[in-house]
Amino acid sequence: MMLQIDLWKRILIWGTVALGLLLALPNAYYSRVEGYNDQVAVGQPGEGWVDWLPSNLVNLGLDLRGGAHLLAEVKVEDVYASRMKGLWPEIRNRLRQERDVVGTIRLQDGPEDELRIRISNADAISQAVSIVREISRPIVSLTGAGQNDIEVTNEGPVLIVRLSEAERLATDDRTVRQSLEIIRRRIDEVGTREPTIQRQGSDRILIQVPGVESASELKDIIGTTAQLTFQPVIRRTTDDQTVAGPGNSLLPSMDEEGQFYVLEDTPVVTGEELVDAQPSFDQNGRPAVSFRFNPAGARKFGDYTANNIGNPFAIVLDNEVISAPVIQSHIAGGSGIITGNFSVEESTNLAVLLRAGALPAGLDFLEERTIGPELGADSIQAGKIACIVAGIAVLFFMWASYGLFGLFANIALILNVGMIFGLLSVIGATLTLPGIAGIVLTIGMAVDANVLVFERIREEMKSAKGPARAIELGYERALSAIVDANITTFIVAVILFVLGSGPVRGFSVTLGIGILTSVFTAIWVTRLLIVTWFERARPKTIEV
Amino acid sequence: MRLKLVPENTNWDFFKYRTLTFGASIVMMIASLALWLTVGLNFGIDFRGGTTIRTQSEQPVDVGAYRDAIAPLGLGDTSISEVFDPSFDDDHHVAMIRIQAQDGQESISAETVTQVEQALEALDETVHFTQVESVGPKVSGELIQTAVLAVAAALAAILFYIWLRFEWQFSVGAVVALFHDVLITIGVFSLLQIRFDLATIAALLTIIGYSINDTVVIFDRLRENLRKFKTKPLIDVMNLSVNETLSRTLMTSGTTLIALIALLVLGGDVIRGFVFAITWGVVIGTYSSVYVAKNVVLWLGVKRDWSKPTDTTGNQFANVDA
Repeated sequence: MMLQIDLWKRILIWGTVALGLLLALPNAYYSRVEGYNDQVAVGQPGEGWVDWLPSNLVNLGLDLRGGAHLLAEVKVEDVYASRMKGLWPEIRNRLRQERDVVGTIRLQDGPEDELRIRISNADAISQAVSIVREISRPIVSLTGAGQNDIEVTNEGPVLIVRLSEAERLATDDRTVRQSLEIIRRRIDEVGTREPTIQRQGSDRILIQVPGVESASELKDIIGTTAQLTFQPVIRRTTDDQTVAGPGNSLLPSMDEEGQFYVLEDTPVVTGEELVDAQPSFDQNGRPAVSFRFNPAGARKFGDYTANNIGNPFAIVLDNEVISAPVIQSHIAGGSGIITGNFSVEESTNLAVLLRAGALPAGLDFLEERTIGPELGADSIQAGKIACIVAGIAVLFFMWASYGLFGLFANIALILNVGMIFGLLSVIGATLTLPGIAGIVLTIGMAVDANVLVFERIREEMKSAKGPARAIELGYERALSAIVDANITTFIVAVILFVLGSGPVRGFSVTLGIGILTSVFTAIWVTRLLIVTWFERARPKTIEV
Repeated sequence: MRLKLVPENTNWDFFKYRTLTFGASIVMMIASLALWLTVGLNFGIDFRGGTTIRTQSEQPVDVGAYRDAIAPLGLGDTSISEVFDPSFDDDHHVAMIRIQAQDGQESISAETVTQVEQALEALDETVHFTQVESVGPKVSGELIQTAVLAVAAALAAILFYIWLRFEWQFSVGAVVALFHDVLITIGVFSLLQIRFDLATIAALLTIIGYSINDTVVIFDRLRENLRKFKTKPLIDVMNLSVNETLSRTLMTSGTTLIALIALLVLGGDVIRGFVFAITWGVVIGTYSSVYVAKNVVLWLGVKRDWSKPTDTTGNQFANVDA
């Protein structure tokens, strides 16, 4: 018996098709399902959609939905400077302990990513180098194993301390990951639907947020730094020309006009060690922000307050001194409250920013794109019409060329487009405008496999082997051409996916999925249709 | 009555004018290269950095007035062009403004964009800005690299796959044909000064994918016929193969072109350049499968004894059971 397809294969084929269409179904009710998903996402029982049906939708790309796209480069070098600042007190203390050997020490101005320390006893420079080397720590990353985190050299009587190459690499990676996390939290705080925040390459972050009016609005959300530090106060002054000296800096007060503080650059604790910040009120009922440190921050803060009772310390936010209270007592437990002239709204915002933390380094924006929602809507509309017209034209053309067999191919083509949407939904792919073009192109090319088979059947009919044999041979002999032709196109789709970004990647996804579904529908679905028809009709001869 | 693009049982001699067709291909390739090097491509901001602003207004666009409004800002090379599309209503007027990359800035500053927007709003209060894109010189340089890499990788991967499945002569033939298609498409973009951006690269890769598809189908038939007709001259076997697959070649090109033309006309102006490239590529890809790839294989010659199919040249997919 020729042209046989086992029952289990038939069930499998129709089952796959049905599954594909079921997965595509939510897209037909896009806004309803979107609303349902939004409700489910916030933990409410969803309405407007059936719970047991799939509810994955094809994501619309920024070019279709509107929104902003940013590519930011993290200025990883920024962190080197603050790392060096952080090291200074430790180095200073170690060298002071060895004052008998090295003499007096003095921090000199120099590049930000290194410390230059002049010692008065130039003969002891080699001892000084080894003293400072003692505080270096081995690196625990895989690539940097066996190396220390700092390099100590000297130029005459000047010690030069900088981060080692391996430590810089490890720091860069940490900085980018931290920035990514902070950007993610800030955007989440704003509460927008499905942002994309991805690391790209070693030091870049891609940010795509649908529904944002402009890229500069997005930059404002990300770029607002809230760098909170607690720094020792050296003195107060009203002279904005005061020379702060190396290792110190002059910062203005936030509220009091004309008031300046000379502060040590090295903070006692920073906002990075905060675990929580909440808007609250002080004992006088004025808006304030209460905060809590992590254990390490709490210990540092406790030690510092215990040793400096009676001295002022400054609470600094983004290089402005919020307040500079005098330490009354040892503050243990690591929690406290910031008071200032806040309104309730300001204290709430400040708490949010503190919770999100500061970006560890600045960002350079390399690429910005904003697409208005109306342009996206126009594109969807145009794409839809083009798809429908292209589909109808191809359907007609196939019917006119191959008659009944053309109709079989047409059914397969319609199922094919449905399955493309089903697959796109289930893998959570993003549909872009070039992606729509990919679907239209697939509509045109999907019939190719069928055309190959039909043409082959026509040829086999000429050798007069009977219709069943001709159909069988047609499928058998066309297969290698179908496979080779589609694998090469698939290779191209993979390359586009790997190297492309954004819209181009969206195109490669629809092209690749279209190849898979069109080969499936041509080899299995059309064949099953033909075989089923053949079994019923038992034609003596066929016209392809 | 069936629609037939080609009569049944054609026996056309596709090699009769091969000096002419192959010569024409070579001339077109040289001309494309010359155009590319002399006239150059109209690179979009993806590749040369800068900013584009798409405006939409209820008032007709007066390019001169736009130019005068922006000129005082001193932004250097600025180009303004009106965009037309059949889908636009009477009160739907669109212009594209392109501003060169500003010195010392990675991506254009928000203030500059705001300045331009304000200048135009002063001119026409119904104007709004549906798309603002800005790419810094650092990224655009890398995008060029990636684009070249992508095209090279696609060609190399295909060269390898065809070599694996057929023979090296076939893979050389296929890749020469692809190279021909890509180069001539670049030539057309240079000639018509259509904007050449990332999407165009995607289109080029699609052309590669489509063209190889076509070429492989003919090669597959050629391989089969080489097994069948062991003594027939290669040129005749090739002619036979092309004739046998001609109906399919034109059918598939036909359906693809129908779909693409629908998209070209109705798909909106945003992707018109992209769709144009692919449409052109389908035409040139079909031509090159018939006239370029095979000529190269003919010229290189192929192994004639296919009686013992090996693992690399066999037809192992043909036995898949249905």
